[in-house]
Amino acid sequence: MPASTRPVRASAALVGVADIVSPTGKLGRGNRELELAAIREALLDAGLRPGEVDGLALTGGISAPLDVAEYLGIEPRYVDTTMTGGCSFETHVEHAATAIANGQAETVVIVYAGTPRSGGMVPGAGGSGMKREVAPYKEWEAPYGAVMPIGGYALAASRHLAQFGTTSEQLAQIAVSTRQWAMKNPRAKRQEPLTVEQVLASPMVCDPLHLNDCCLVTDGAGAIVLTSAERAAHLAKDPVYVLGAASAHTHSMISEMPDLTVTPGAQSGPRAFDLAGITPGDVDVLESYDSFTITVLLALEDLGFCPKGEGGAFVVDGTLGPGGRLPTNTNGGGLSYTHPGMYGIFLLVEAVRQLRGEGGDRQVDGAEIAVAHGCGGVLSATSTVVLGTEATR
Amino acid sequence: MSETSEAAAPRPSDPFWAATRERRLVLQWCPDCEQVVQFPRAFCPGCLRDQLDWREATGRGSIYAFSVARKAAPRPRSFKDAGDYVFALIALEEGGRMMSNVVDCNPAEVSVGMNVELCWKQREDGTALPQFRPGDTRG
Repeated sequence: MPASTRPVRASAALVGVADIVSPTGKLGRGNRELELAAIREALLDAGLRPGEVDGLALTGGISAPLDVAEYLGIEPRYVDTTMTGGCSFETHVEHAATAIANGQAETVVIVYAGTPRSGGMVPGAGGSGMKREVAPYKEWEAPYGAVMPIGGYALAASRHLAQFGTTSEQLAQIAVSTRQWAMKNPRAKRQEPLTVEQVLASPMVCDPLHLNDCCLVTDGAGAIVLTSAERAAHLAKDPVYVLGAASAHTHSMISEMPDLTVTPGAQSGPRAFDLAGITPGDVDVLESYDSFTITVLLALEDLGFCPKGEGGAFVVDGTLGPGGRLPTNTNGGGLSYTHPGMYGIFLLVEAVRQLRGEGGDRQVDGAEIAVAHGCGGVLSATSTVVLGTEATR
Repeated sequence: MSETSEAAAPRPSDPFWAATRERRLVLQWCPDCEQVVQFPRAFCPGCLRDQLDWREATGRGSIYAFSVARKAAPRPRSFKDAGDYVFALIALEEGGRMMSNVVDCNPAEVSVGMNVELCWKQREDGTALPQFRPGDTRG
């Protein structure tokens, strides 16, 4: 095998280790605090500090990587939550070594804790250990009735309105433009016309977000197949190529978000665009997570479609709608098409359909480059994927 | 390698809640990094030091962002019967932010940047929840 086909070989090294055990078999601590204690010891063993870590791998539950990174005060660009049982961590090493070889990460921490003898319910499901362990959100935010996720997005909107003079009318315009796309999609849940006035007249849920600033709650499912470019050339449909992709996360709780007007998209977006060799002006179609209208507005700024603080002015005049300068959420989005709770796969599905020319009435003519930009948690994590047709290779 | 006894270790936030019994708001402090560690942790994320100090906060701050939970909000059971209430991120004078409520005022009068001061809500277990109310307007 020529060396050029072994890009991973000796590109990464294990430099710090730790384990925590007890002769009695019981540790009397929760999974999350054990994970964190083990990370601390492994970093000390390596002579590294948390700020030098840019990747995280663990098998834990829904916000586990966000919670661990937040506690460590780090903003990872690489995350792996592969869960294949007892061999997960070897796979984490495999993936991390590949990422390091590719320059997607420099220093990755892999961690595990299980406490079945102390009452932890599921070995490996980090954070669900002993009952005395309290999720940070439950201790520091829930007692104040700060309802999530909407509360986090409402706080971000509050800050954006106060800091930049953004208006509720401007946020409403995002819901209106998205509905105009849904009206062209016979599979969309909400297809009746919507006006800015109707959005503002819908019940206030958490100021400044009205009911029509919020996504739907629906059932839904999606799937995607990737293969090599070589193989893709011989399959049924025209290939849609991954031109660039990048991720980042900055916090788990909204109270730990460094700046409520700047999402991790300000990191993942420019990195993905740079890898793809494009600028925002090259994007023909944008599929951008729309859990709430503010989610889209912040993404437009962070991805560089307009300067920070100018998202409100950018979205008026139907910029995002049919016939607008930046066709966005062309299936009707989470606001009007579907939203089962984690909408990201639908962004990718619609981006592919647009680049294949399968959009029907909602097709954006001549679309060659599409961006799928997902957002998780409370503006906690983002991932940006740049896709292109054969012409963009 | 660590060997740990099965006796339950204290939680990093125990001193925080203990201080609320005396109506004191205390913040974790790293003497090496000379900064607040907010929220309380087992070690400083900056330098990994695991012996951290506690300092009493002045209780003064300002509203960084806020929202009003209306009737239509997906409220937790304990807030089901409450009227409209304000939850907010408070920028503390010492640095760091915390989630809290802004009370003793009309939600319509709350604004970003407003100065607030500490007040307390008694809890059944003897601890108290730090809340804030409109404070000194001199800034």
